[in-house]
Amino acid sequence: MTILTPPSKPVSDTRVFLVDDHRLFLSGVRAELSSAFDLVGEASDVDEAIAGIRRTRPHVVLLDVHMPGGGGRAVIQAVRETNDETQFLALSVSDAAEDVIAVVRAGARGYVTKSIAPEELVAAIQRVRDGDAVFSPRLAGFVLDAFSGEIPQPVDPDLDQLTAREQEVLRLIARGQAYKQVARRLDISVKTVETHVSSVLRKLQLSSRYELTRWATDRRLV
Amino acid sequence: MLTEDHTKPDLAKRDLARPNPAQGPARSLVRGRENRLLGGVAGGLADRLDVDPVFVRAAFVALSCAGGAGLMLYAVLWVVMVEPEVPSPSASTREPRSSQGNAQRAVGFAFIVAGALLLLREVGLWFGDALVWPVALGSAGSAVIWSRGDQSDRSRWIRLTGLPGGPVTAVLGESSSRPRVIAGGVLVLVGMVSVLAANASLDAAAEVLLAVGVTFAGAALLLGPWILRLAKQVGDERRERIRSEERSDMAAHLHDSVLQTLALIQRAADPREMATLARSQERELRAWLYRPPGGGADSDAMSTALDDLAGRIERMHRVKVDVVVVGDGPLGPRSRALLQAAGEAIANAAIHSGAPTVSVYVEGTKDSWNAYISDEGKGFALEDVPLDRRGIADSIVGRVQRHAGTATVTSTLGEGTEVHLRVGRDPA
Repeated sequence: MTILTPPSKPVSDTRVFLVDDHRLFLSGVRAELSSAFDLVGEASDVDEAIAGIRRTRPHVVLLDVHMPGGGGRAVIQAVRETNDETQFLALSVSDAAEDVIAVVRAGARGYVTKSIAPEELVAAIQRVRDGDAVFSPRLAGFVLDAFSGEIPQPVDPDLDQLTAREQEVLRLIARGQAYKQVARRLDISVKTVETHVSSVLRKLQLSSRYELTRWATDRRLV
Repeated sequence: MLTEDHTKPDLAKRDLARPNPAQGPARSLVRGRENRLLGGVAGGLADRLDVDPVFVRAAFVALSCAGGAGLMLYAVLWVVMVEPEVPSPSASTREPRSSQGNAQRAVGFAFIVAGALLLLREVGLWFGDALVWPVALGSAGSAVIWSRGDQSDRSRWIRLTGLPGGPVTAVLGESSSRPRVIAGGVLVLVGMVSVLAANASLDAAAEVLLAVGVTFAGAALLLGPWILRLAKQVGDERRERIRSEERSDMAAHLHDSVLQTLALIQRAADPREMATLARSQERELRAWLYRPPGGGADSDAMSTALDDLAGRIERMHRVKVDVVVVGDGPLGPRSRALLQAAGEAIANAAIHSGAPTVSVYVEGTKDSWNAYISDEGKGFALEDVPLDRRGIADSIVGRVQRHAGTATVTSTLGEGTEVHLRVGRDPA
C-alpha cells in the first residue's frame, strides 16, 4: 500500500453484503467492517436481500438467521438458484437452534453469534470468502454431540459419522482454540485443519442422522 | 366443639402450610365469605371439611327432604357459626386442592350424608322414600357436575358465560371434566327415573320420557348453534386472557431484570463493567426463556449447573466465560466434584491470567467426564507457584483425586494456561 492510498479504501477486495432486520445492529456491523471489506449493500428483509444480492453479486453475505418472511434460509435457497459463487455466513443471537441449523443445512458456510469480537468477525468473513467453513466453539460442540455415539446402521457411513481426526479437530475448536492453535497441537497444517472442518460442514449439511433434525426440537444452541 | 382445634396440632400445622384466608385466626367455625349463596354456612363448613362447597349444599338439600332436618341443621349452624372478621382478598388466591384428595373427601362426605339420611329415616323424620332418595341422588349428581378443584375457576366460567349456570358450555370448554359430568349425569338420570318409577306407572313414564326427548331435540336444534358460538367465544376469551397474562408476566420480568440492567449499563463508566452486566443479563434472560419452568428435570444437568457457575464467576471477576458442553447428563458425586474443581480453575484463570476470555469445554462420554479450562493469558511456571497458594493443589487437584480422577495443568509463559480434569462416570 502506498502513502497515496486513501485510508478509507478497503484492505480486501472481498465484496460483502449485510442482511439483518435490526437496523441498529446493521449500522454497528457496517462501522466495524467498512475498513476491512467492500460493503456492496445491505437489506433488512428477505425480498430486499434476494434482489440486492442478485444485483451486487457479493462474495460473502453476512446473514441474520431470524427475519420476517422466511428467515436466512429463504434467502439462501433463493440466491442459490442464480448465484452459486456467493457464500453465506450465518449470524444470530443464537436463541433458536432450529433456525441456526436450518440455515447451515441450507448452505451457509458457517455460523457465528452476534457477540463475536469485530476482528474475529473479519477473520470469519475472510475464511468464508476463501471457501472454508467457520465453526464457533458452540457449533463444534453441537456437531460433536449430534454425531456422538454409535448408530446401528448409518445410511451412509461416509456422511453419518465423523472420523477420529475430525472429532479431534472439533474438540479443540469447542475448547476455544483457533485454527492455528489446532494445527500446532495436532502437528498438521492450518490448511489440513480447514479441510477437516469443511468436510465436517459437508457432513452436517448432507447427513441424514436423525439427531440433526431431532436437535431442532430438544436442543438449544445457547 | 368450637375450640377443639387447639388440641389438634396436626390440623393447625396443615393450616400453616396452606394458609386459608377465609378462616379466622381462632379457627372456630366461620361462615364462608367468598363461598356464600345464602348465609355462608355451606361455604364455611366446606372450608372446614376441605370439600367442595357444592357437595355440602347438595347434602343440605337432601337432608331437608328428610323431614326438614337439613333446614333445621342449616339454621342451627348459621346461629352457631361466626361471621368472618378479616375480609379475605380472594378465594382464588387459595392453593387449588389436589383433585385426588378432593375426590376422596367428597366420597367420604357422601357416605356420611347417606348415613345421616338412613338414621333420619329410622327416626321417622322422613317425607317418604319416593321423594328423598331421588332428590338425594339428583343433588349428588348435580354436585358432582358442578364441583371443581378450584373455586375461582368456576366463578370465572360463570362470569364468562354470563349465565348463572352454563354447564353445557362448561362441558364443551373443558374436556378434562367429561368423566365427572358423565358420572354426575348418570346420578341425576337415575334420580329422575326413580321418581318416575315410584310416582307413576311405567307406561306414563315412557310417554313423559318421549315428550321430554322431543323437547330436548327441539331445544338442541334451536339453541345448538347459539351454544356452540357461545362456547367458541368463551374459548377465544379464555385464550386471550391467557395471552394477556403471559404478556404481563413477561412485562414484569423484563421490568425487574432487563430494564434495570439497561439502566445500570447507562450509568456504568467502565466498558468491561458494561459488558459484564450485559452478559449476565443475557444469561439470565436465556435461562428464563428456555429452561423449563420451575427447574424441571434439566436443572440438575451438567450444562445448567456449569452455566450458573460460569455466570457467577463472570459477575464476580468481570471476564467472559464461554461454556460448551457435549454429552450432557445429570450430576452425580464425581461429576459434581469435577464441576467444583472446574469452578476453581475458571476462577483462577479469571483472577490470575489477565485474559478477557476463559473457554470451558466439558464432555461426558460413556466412561468419563472431561473438562478443559483454558485461557490465553500470561501463563505461569508451575514450579514458581508458592506452596501457600493452595488453590491449585487442594481445590482443583485434590478434589478430583479424591474421586479417583486426574488433573493436569499445562501452562506456558506468555501463551496461556490449560487445565484438564478427568473423572470416571458416576456409578448408575
